[in-house]
Amino acid sequence: MTDITKNGSAPLGAPGHQGIAEVVAKGLKKRYAAERRFRMYGLVAIGLALLILLVLFTTIISNGIGAFFQSKVTLDVPLEVSEIDPDQTGDLDVIGKANYRGLVFGSLRADFPGVSGRSNRRALTGLLSSGSDFELRSIVLDNPDLIGTTVQAQVSLSDDADMFLKGNMTDVEVSAGDGTLAMTEDGVLSGGVYAFGNVFIDVKAEFARKADEAENSIAQNQRQLGRIDEELAVTASRLENADDEAQKTTYADTLRNLETLKANVNASLEKLTSDATDFRTRSQSDAGEETLDQSMPSYLVVTNDGVFKILTVTRDKVTTEIVSPPSSLDSSADWQIVKLQTPETDRRLTDKQIGWLHLMQDRGQIESAINSAFFTTGDSREPELAGIWGAAVGSFWTLMVTLVLSFPIGVMAAVYLEEFAPKNKWTDLIEVNINNLAAVPSIVFGLLGLAVFLNVFGLPRSAPVVGGLVLTLMTLPTIIIASRAALKSVPPSIREAALGMGASRIQAMTHHVLPLALPGMLTGTIIGMAQALGETAPLLMIGMVAFIVDIPGGPTDPATVLPVQIFLWADAPERAFVERTSAAIMVLLGFLITMNMAAVFLRKKFETRW
Amino acid sequence: MTVFILIAAVLALAAFSYRFGRGAALSAAGGQSRSLHSRPGYYGAYTALWCAVPAFLIMAIWLIFQGSVVEALVLNGLSAEKQGLSDSEIGLIMNDIRNLASGNFTATSPDPDIAAAAEHFKSLNATGFAAMAVLALGIGIAGLIWARKKLSPELRARNSVERTITIFLIAASSIAIFTTLGIVLSLIFEAWRFFLQVPLHEFLFGLNWSPQIALRADQVGSSGAFGAVPIFAGTLLISFIAMLVAVPVGLMSAIYMAEYATPKFRSVVKPILEILAGIPTVVYGFFAALTVAPLIRGFGENIGLDVASESALAAGLVMGVMIIPFVSSLSDDVISAVPRSLREGSLGLGATKSETIRQVVLPAALPGIVGSILLAVSRAIGETMIVVMAAGLAANLTANPFQAVTTVTVQIVTLLVGDQEFDSPKTLAAFALGLVLFFITLALNVVALHVVRKYREQYD
Repeated sequence: MTDITKNGSAPLGAPGHQGIAEVVAKGLKKRYAAERRFRMYGLVAIGLALLILLVLFTTIISNGIGAFFQSKVTLDVPLEVSEIDPDQTGDLDVIGKANYRGLVFGSLRADFPGVSGRSNRRALTGLLSSGSDFELRSIVLDNPDLIGTTVQAQVSLSDDADMFLKGNMTDVEVSAGDGTLAMTEDGVLSGGVYAFGNVFIDVKAEFARKADEAENSIAQNQRQLGRIDEELAVTASRLENADDEAQKTTYADTLRNLETLKANVNASLEKLTSDATDFRTRSQSDAGEETLDQSMPSYLVVTNDGVFKILTVTRDKVTTEIVSPPSSLDSSADWQIVKLQTPETDRRLTDKQIGWLHLMQDRGQIESAINSAFFTTGDSREPELAGIWGAAVGSFWTLMVTLVLSFPIGVMAAVYLEEFAPKNKWTDLIEVNINNLAAVPSIVFGLLGLAVFLNVFGLPRSAPVVGGLVLTLMTLPTIIIASRAALKSVPPSIREAALGMGASRIQAMTHHVLPLALPGMLTGTIIGMAQALGETAPLLMIGMVAFIVDIPGGPTDPATVLPVQIFLWADAPERAFVERTSAAIMVLLGFLITMNMAAVFLRKKFETRW
Repeated sequence: MTVFILIAAVLALAAFSYRFGRGAALSAAGGQSRSLHSRPGYYGAYTALWCAVPAFLIMAIWLIFQGSVVEALVLNGLSAEKQGLSDSEIGLIMNDIRNLASGNFTATSPDPDIAAAAEHFKSLNATGFAAMAVLALGIGIAGLIWARKKLSPELRARNSVERTITIFLIAASSIAIFTTLGIVLSLIFEAWRFFLQVPLHEFLFGLNWSPQIALRADQVGSSGAFGAVPIFAGTLLISFIAMLVAVPVGLMSAIYMAEYATPKFRSVVKPILEILAGIPTVVYGFFAALTVAPLIRGFGENIGLDVASESALAAGLVMGVMIIPFVSSLSDDVISAVPRSLREGSLGLGATKSETIRQVVLPAALPGIVGSILLAVSRAIGETMIVVMAAGLAANLTANPFQAVTTVTVQIVTLLVGDQEFDSPKTLAAFALGLVLFFITLALNVVALHVVRKYREQYD
């Protein structure tokens, strides 16, 4: 003790005290910096979380907003009496059975008289949605008087055409052509000295890029070759040193495999080397004619209501394939060059199909309309026909079953545990169970549903009833915990007053405590329902992942729910389904936000502070 | 659907009983409710309960047993050669019969025997339903008459009604126990059948997971391998990555919220952060698969790394984001629960705020924070949709976050979605995995709740 006082801090007023103050002051700057840093970490953490939320929402919205619109094309469809109702019965059954597909396809073909050949015509009609005939049919059935006239029918385009028009397939650059453009019947276009100069330079640049790419791959392949050689050497020496017969065969096998691999790499190396030099020389040679191929961006020339696809290019002249013949060979008309950035092999529409779409756009036939099918139909394999209504109705039935079961049961359990239960082992066990169930992974409830509800009780698969039962078990803890909190917040004086007036405990409960606790219970129930609405995993277990086209008519019909629909669409390969998945997510989030806001509103409006 | 109509009918009968019982009691008392033992409504409720409860009980019992009884009757009616078939074949035939009876198409044109059986099945079901309806309504009416007989002004209707209500309350609160029991029993039962076919030690310690079951005996890879170690390792890897994101971000934001934020900032930012917890996991899964995974893959390619398109990293990162609000709100609570006196003591000694937090508040809150992290880990292990959509299917045993790994929940979903046979280890393996999942999360929760509770007792 004495030692410490001697060697430790000097008594007040002594020179040493000054020293400590100095030490503290010196450290102060550093400590304040640490303080600011620490504070900054906290802000950064919050900022990061908010940023991720923002990114999530922007991704979903920017991806999904397009799905609320659908590209439609207006066609002049002559509704010949002989085609639709040859006997002039006026019977809707007869009218409904007419060949509407033929009518729609025919009128599209009539718009492109120059398109000939089976595959070309099929490619042309492939631009229409496979539901377009039903759209025409419903137009006619809605108004049978139209038969015999020519209607302007607006029908949907296919998902691929829709994606192109929404700009999700390829970047499109349109540049106006300079000067006049002379055309020949077989598609040779020639203009001024530098009419196709930009295309020519583009193509050269493309060759340079390809040469770079090939050279990169050459370097990679050479590295790989080096590794193979090393391994070859190692294996060979192992083979020499191996004494075991079995080992020898394995090493010999490996050796053979490595040799084949080496040969393959060498072959591709050779091809790459020749390609690289070829591309390089083509990119550097200044003169002459260049041929475009399918692995390069495509160029279309549009003029006089006709479309040409460039095959070879010089600075002033191109040879082309006629995609759609022009109305005249008038050389003074305006012309445009359309560049499609993504190579033809990498997209789902051919150059020709895009050319036709471009013409339809120029003719003002295409417009973007509200996608009502998305909100009114069930699932479909065709993205442009797929809707969320089926899943929404499935969600509705499932939630109804959940609500009808979980609200009364949850409230009753909460009332018992909070108001009537004696403190004993049984109630302790119940409490422990409820707390644990709240944290059990949701998929385990799905396993329970599968093993008990489906296999033991034999309830139907994929039915909202079973989904509702499983979700009831899952949301019960949430509702019970919230309801108990609501009951707890009602002051004991209310109960005591009621009991004092001679009410029984149940009367005190039902007449006084429950009404006061009800807003809190409802809030908890809505939050539980929101949870159930967003739940996917347990429903996968009980077969609600089936592909279901029909709108479910009741809780025992096969159905799917919104989150499962999102899961199913997220798996689909078509680009258009990405859009629809995001849109479905927007709808789901909309419901969830509405429910949560309702809960907050209820709490704000009816909450009583005692 | 017809069952719902019957339920509505019984409910209507009960409503009628209520009015009837109430009226009967009042008229027995000469219109003077004062001379009744209980309020008139209780007599109505008494009658209604006597009417509805037995009817619903009968219906429930009938519905549970009708299926198996009808099935047994139909199978008895089948020809002798069909009855000699194995269980699974009988199951197939039963399926055909059910499909035929519900008017669906079957794969082959129906065998006359089966068609007859389907007719039989249909008529048995119809008879069964009619019998149930008659019985339920009959019992309801009998109950009504019985209650009417007992009605008198001296009847202690309130006491009996309240006793019944209490029984209902107890039953409702026992459902939690039955749920747990149901989970444990069904998992153990199916897992037991699995372990009869695949030894426990092979499942727990085997390094090879490929749950294929051969269609033919001589097929390549005919013996499935059920070593779950790669799955457990994958689950741990993804959960670990998730915690690497969630713990620092969640904890730091909790500290900022509890210690630095102004009330206004808190009231705005906290609900926004809670949105992260309210987003359905399927949305996170979509985000992980569509946005994050390609981003990581592209980034990896740029710096010359070989990244799988279903890398553990993508799933783990997004899962971490999902768990941030979980960690932050739980930690926020425990940090706020640390008594002011501790902070003030430290500040009074000249410590800066961050020094106080690091050296006084955090150590004091540590048990609670550990508890909340344990809860978050259990969340991460049990999370399904993110990993189903963004993680792989192949069971690789690797610690490389750029490779694809699989998790317990992914395997459960893959094994159980689609066609199932309940006697193949492939399907039963899902229940074994579910059992492991259940007990691990249970253990984590129990420990976490224990830690949190113990800590709370210190300061309350």
